[in-house]
Amino acid sequence: MRYFAQVRALLWKDLVSELRTKEMVSSMLIFSFLVTVVFSFAFEPDSDTIKQVFPGIIWAAFIFTGILGLNRSFINEKGNDCIMGLMSAAVDKGVIFLGKMTGNFIFMTVMEAITLPVLFVLFDYRMKGSPILLIIVVVLGTLGFAAIGTFLSALSVNTSNSEVLLPIILFPLITPLLIAAVKATAVILAGGEFAEWSNWLTILLAYDIIFTVIPWFLVDYVLEV
Amino acid sequence: MVRKVLGWITFVMVLTATYLVFLWVPNEKVMGPVQKIFYFHVASAWIGFLAFFVVFIAGIAYLVTRNSFWDSVGAASAEIGVMFTTIVLITGPIWARSAWNAWWTWDPRLTTTLVLWFIYVAYLLIRSSVHEQEKKSRFSAVFGIVGFIDVPIVWFSIRWWRTIHPVVVDSSGLAMSSKMSFTLIFSVAAFTFLYFYLLSNSVFVERMRSELSELKEALLNR
Amino acid sequence: MLKAENITKKIGNTTILHGIDLNIAGGEFITVFGPNGAGKSTLLKILSMLMKPSSGNLTINGVNALKDTARVRGSVGVISHRTFLYDNLTAEENLEFYGRMYGIDNLRDRVTEVLSEVGLELAFNDPVRIFSRGMQQRLAIARAILHRPEILFLDEPYTGLDQQAVEILNSVLARLSIKDRTVFMITHNFEQGLDLSDRILIINKGRLAFTEKAKGFTPDKLKKVYMEVLGGAVS
Repeated sequence: MRYFAQVRALLWKDLVSELRTKEMVSSMLIFSFLVTVVFSFAFEPDSDTIKQVFPGIIWAAFIFTGILGLNRSFINEKGNDCIMGLMSAAVDKGVIFLGKMTGNFIFMTVMEAITLPVLFVLFDYRMKGSPILLIIVVVLGTLGFAAIGTFLSALSVNTSNSEVLLPIILFPLITPLLIAAVKATAVILAGGEFAEWSNWLTILLAYDIIFTVIPWFLVDYVLEV
Repeated sequence: MVRKVLGWITFVMVLTATYLVFLWVPNEKVMGPVQKIFYFHVASAWIGFLAFFVVFIAGIAYLVTRNSFWDSVGAASAEIGVMFTTIVLITGPIWARSAWNAWWTWDPRLTTTLVLWFIYVAYLLIRSSVHEQEKKSRFSAVFGIVGFIDVPIVWFSIRWWRTIHPVVVDSSGLAMSSKMSFTLIFSVAAFTFLYFYLLSNSVFVERMRSELSELKEALLNR
Repeated sequence: MLKAENITKKIGNTTILHGIDLNIAGGEFITVFGPNGAGKSTLLKILSMLMKPSSGNLTINGVNALKDTARVRGSVGVISHRTFLYDNLTAEENLEFYGRMYGIDNLRDRVTEVLSEVGLELAFNDPVRIFSRGMQQRLAIARAILHRPEILFLDEPYTGLDQQAVEILNSVLARLSIKDRTVFMITHNFEQGLDLSDRILIINKGRLAFTEKAKGFTPDKLKKVYMEVLGGAVS
């Protein structure tokens, strides 16, 4: 279908461009390592406290790093007014949203796949639950973050102070996502029962669906010239 | 004319509400006079929610009609909403200190109100970071819609988050005499009038401002 | 080919275009002049479906372009003084990306074809970042004609080009116009603008102030008319 062919083309373009420069993923990785190190200085790395705040550290690192990627996401499109060319070629502005969102999701997942094991090693954390469940939570959390983040990044890139504005408008809206992701991660790391994490997974799933569908409808108004 | 009448009604209502709260209604037995803050606290919280709902509706109306009237309504309502939510967040701890012996608790209502405050401060920040009028209206309408849709999800997630911990506080068990509940209902009504009065005033000022810029433009193009 | 009726654009309280009517015949080369802020670029954006008008109708090839935008997007190409190119991608990748967006068949062949048409066949594997301004603009032309649009919109294409690049752009444009392609060009350059043009429009303060066949106009005569049209509107 034409629609998804365009989403794929946009995604391909972003991936090729990133593979060429490796700007985004490499700076995201360095940043997430830095955040991790800052946390180990802030809390005593060997103490029991660290075991309790570990899920929070994971998500704080992911989200602060994710903001970096989101801020860059639309700046590349503004360079030579590419966004104009994109809009003159795309059948629908939803294509641009879905393509960019998938790209941001992939960049974040790559960063997370490297950061997560490092976190486990540095804090010497042993998990009791299932790694597959942990991956599902990370994927669902990242998906929702990439969805609303891409949308608000398209909005903030057109303002006078975009890089400061994005976290300020994004963080309040992701409160439910952050709570659910941290709680679900905590329960799963501790090897909790289905009943303990199923609620949180439901919130994550609902958030992902709502904040993919609604921005997809509203992106027309954001990317209007 | 309508604004003038509304202004007088609001004046009388707020005056009466102040009388009821401070002189008429009896003190609560345990907490004493501090409890009176409750009448303004609840009324402000109600105005906050009402104002943000109006921002949501005005956002949809703006995107559909592209009439800048709706943008003025949304902007004015968000400002009023943030103001009243700020009042809630200030009066809340004063009440909490004497009722629960703590300035702040991460109770679902308080926490949701705090997140709400952040969302609409973000709304106002978007408005001040965009300089083209049309883009400003469009962006803030979009954010007003997304922000409001987020509110129930915030509420549920925070409620589930907190119920995992033992419930320390329960304000629903508050016993109210009939005089108290009458005063509460009356002050909520008074604040609602105040809200509409403030809203109509800001929208009026905003209208005058855009009329002025239209006239200026017409003069320049002559 | 393209028919615009009563196109009006309001941004906030400012009216940029006051009810513009315009008929463009197939194969016609139209050049648009006008002072800064007259609404030329806004009109171009609306006609090329980058922007929605506040009111009015736009028909392209008999299709209602405001409703069925997706159906006619492929018939339109846009060249502006901004190139719409990605600096990190090579010339070929840029064209390949836009080609995929337009869903072009036999994309590889078509990319090679347009690259040679603008004289960039040897630079296909270089990233756009290292291109000169003139080369970038040629690639921008290649990008705009890649999907064989029937109408080409040019928004001040000469801005920032050196003499050599201007000549290349002109020869490409001349070749295009022979091939029966419809062109709508905005420019400030009276000489360049007249050379290829069939019809001249002057836009002032959001209104069509002047429209005439280009035959018989010299740059000097055009300059005189231009001043008269603008002067008449000021008093």
